[in-house]
Amino acid sequence: MIWNAFLIALREIRRNLTRAFLTVLGVIIGVSAVITMVTLGEGATEAVKQQISNLGSNLIMVRPGAGFGPRSSSAGVPNFTEKDVNAIRDQVAGIAAAAPVRNASLSTIYRQDARTTTTVGSTPAYFQINRWTIASGRAFTEAEYKSGAAVAVIGNTVKKELFGDEDPVGQKIRLGRASVEVIGLLATKGQAGMGDQDDTIIVPLTSLQRRMIGKTSSHDIGMINLSAEDGTDSNALIADINSLLRQRRNLQPNQDNNFSVMDTRQIADTLSSSTKVMTMLLGAVAGVSLVVGGIGIMNIMLVSVTERTREIGIRLAIGATAREVLLQFLVEAVTLSCIGGLVGVAIALLLCAGISPLIGVPFAFNSQINLVAFLFSAAVGVAFGFAPARRAARLDPIEALRHE
Amino acid sequence: MNPPDDSPPLIELVNLTKTYGHGDAAFQALRGINLTIRDGEFVAIMGPSGSGKSTLMNLLGCLDTPTTGSYRYQGIPVENLDNDRRSLLRRHALGFIFQGFNLLARTSAIENVELPLLYRGLTRSERHEKAAAALASVGLADKHRNTPAEMSGGQQQRVAIARAIVTEPDTLFADEPTGNLDTATTREVMELLTRLNLDHGITVILVTHEDEVAAYAKRVIHVRDGLIASDKINHRNLILSS
Ligand SMILES: Nc1ncnc2c1ncn2[C@@H]1O[C@H](COP(=O)(O)OP(=O)(O)OP(=O)(O)O)[C@@H](O)[C@H]1O
Ligand SMILES: [Mg+2]
Repeated sequence: MIWNAFLIALREIRRNLTRAFLTVLGVIIGVSAVITMVTLGEGATEAVKQQISNLGSNLIMVRPGAGFGPRSSSAGVPNFTEKDVNAIRDQVAGIAAAAPVRNASLSTIYRQDARTTTTVGSTPAYFQINRWTIASGRAFTEAEYKSGAAVAVIGNTVKKELFGDEDPVGQKIRLGRASVEVIGLLATKGQAGMGDQDDTIIVPLTSLQRRMIGKTSSHDIGMINLSAEDGTDSNALIADINSLLRQRRNLQPNQDNNFSVMDTRQIADTLSSSTKVMTMLLGAVAGVSLVVGGIGIMNIMLVSVTERTREIGIRLAIGATAREVLLQFLVEAVTLSCIGGLVGVAIALLLCAGISPLIGVPFAFNSQINLVAFLFSAAVGVAFGFAPARRAARLDPIEALRHE
Repeated sequence: MNPPDDSPPLIELVNLTKTYGHGDAAFQALRGINLTIRDGEFVAIMGPSGSGKSTLMNLLGCLDTPTTGSYRYQGIPVENLDNDRRSLLRRHALGFIFQGFNLLARTSAIENVELPLLYRGLTRSERHEKAAAALASVGLADKHRNTPAEMSGGQQQRVAIARAIVTEPDTLFADEPTGNLDTATTREVMELLTRLNLDHGITVILVTHEDEVAAYAKRVIHVRDGLIASDKINHRNLILSS
C-alpha cells in the first residue's frame, strides 16, 4: 500500500514539475546552506589545527606584550635580547632548544624580479623547532651563524616567484642592502588559514643584524621560539619561563606580565575556538532556513489540497480510502522533501568543492552533517506534510466533487 | 422488455430518507423512497430541479449514507458500512460518470483510465492492457496520450466512461452525463451506454433532464419533492422501436 501510494505520489509530482520545484526550493536551499556552512567551517577549523601541528607539538612561543592573537598589545613594550634567549635555554629545565626570532620585511631581488619578503633572522635551532625540513641544499650552520655569513634559505613561494623552474641553490639574490647566496630550499608547508607559510626567507640572525638592516638596539628580538623536551609538563615549564623573564625584565610583584608565553595547545585553542563559534552560528542560521523551507512545503501542500479538492473527490469517488489519500499526500510531501534533500546535498558538495580551494581551507567531507541534514529534510516533509494530508483525507467526496 | 422477475434484486431501498442540516436549518431532501432495481436494468431518473435526484444518486452510489431507512446493495446493508468499507465497495463494484467529466487535468487519457486500477494494486502491464482495452471500447484507441485539454467534450466524456468501466463494475452511475454535451455527442455517449448495458450486462442508472436521453432507458423514474412520483417501463425506448 505504501508502494502504491508512492507510485501515485510520483505521478502527481511528475504531473506538475514546476510546482514540485517551487515546493522543494526552500528545502534545497536550506539543506545545501547547512551542509556548506558546516563543511566550510569545519574545513577552516581543520586548517588552523593543521597549521598549528605544522608548528610542532612541543613548540612554545614567547612574545612581548600581554595576550596572544588578534587582541595582543605590544605597543611600548620592550622586545627581548639574545641574552634572554640564552638565559631561558640555560636556566629553565626541560627546554630542548631555543631560537631568537627577528622579523624584517626586506626587498628581495633576483635579476629583474623583485618582491618584498618577510625575512626571519634566527639560529640553526629555528629549523628544528619550527619543523622546517630542507627540500634541496642545506640549512645554515652554527659557524655561519656566528660569522654572520651572507647566506639564505628560501621558502617555496619565494622560489616560485623569483626563480620559476630554475634551481635557486647556489644563486645570489639581493636581500635588503646585502647580496646573499641561496644555500637551501625549504620543503613546502602549504597554504592555510594563517596565511602562506612558504612565503619566507630564513637567514642567520647575525647577518640580518649586520648586513641587511643594521643592529638598532640590543632589544631587537621580537619573538622567542622554544621547544620543550618530550614528556615535560608544559604548565610548569611556562611558569618557570614566566618567573625568569619577570626577573630579567625587572617587573615588580604588583606589575602584570609585559610578555606572554604560550604552548601549541593554547595557540590552537585560541585560534580554533573562534572558527568553531563561527561554524556553529552559520550552521544555526542555515538550520533556520531549512525550517522555513519546511513551512514552504506545508504552505504549498495546503494550497495544493484546496486546488486539488476536485481531484481528491474523484479519487474518493472511484474508491480510494481516506487512508490512501492521507498516505498519498504524506508520501508526496516526504518524497518531495527527500528529493529536495538529495539535491541540496549534491549542490552543497559542489559548492564546498568549488569554494574551499578559493578560500584556502581543506574540503573536509563530513558524512554526519550530510546525513543529518538529509534526515532533517525528510522529517520536515513528514511534519509539515501531515496537516495538509489530513485535511485532504477528511474531505467529503460529494463536497469535493462539487468544488469549483 | 421487462427484466425477468426471478433475477435477484441488485438494489433495494426501503423507506429511505435523507435530511441535510440540523434543527431549524434541517431540510428533508428525500422523504421515504422505496425502490428495487434488478441486475441488467437501464434506469433513467428524472424530475424538476431540487427534487432530490442527485441526493438519490449519491446514496445509490454509496457516496453518502441515508438518514433513515435501509439500502441493500447485492444484499449488503450499505447504511451500516463505514467510509472505508463504502470506498472499497465503490472500488470493486461501482463505476461513476459525472456531468463535468471530472478527469485529472494535465494527465493523459490512458493515465486517467488507469487511475482506478492503481487503487486495485494491478501491475503496470495489467493496468496498461486493461486501460487500452477500455479506451478502445469507447473508440479512443488513438488518443492515449491526449490530455483532457486536447480533447472535445464528447471525447472527454468517453474517457470518463472508459475510466468507469475499466474495473468491470456491476453498476454504472451517471449524474447528468450529457448535461454539457451537444445533441450529436449526446447521442454518441448514449449509444455507448446502451451498448454497455446490452452487450456487457452492466446495470446503468442515470439522472437526466432531457427526454431524448431518458428515451434510451428501459425504465424511467420520476422524482418530485423527495418522493417517487412515477416509475414506468419506457414504451418509447428508441432501441426497441428502431
Ligand atoms: N449538502 C446539502 N446541504 C443542504 N441541502 C442540500 C444539500 N445538497 C442538496 N441539498 C438540497 O436538497 C434538495 C435536493 O437536492 P439535489 O441536488 O438532490 O437536487 P436535484 O434533483 O439533483 O436538482 P438538479 O436537477 O438541480 O441537479 C435541494 O433543495 C437542495 O437544496
Ligand atoms: Mg442534481
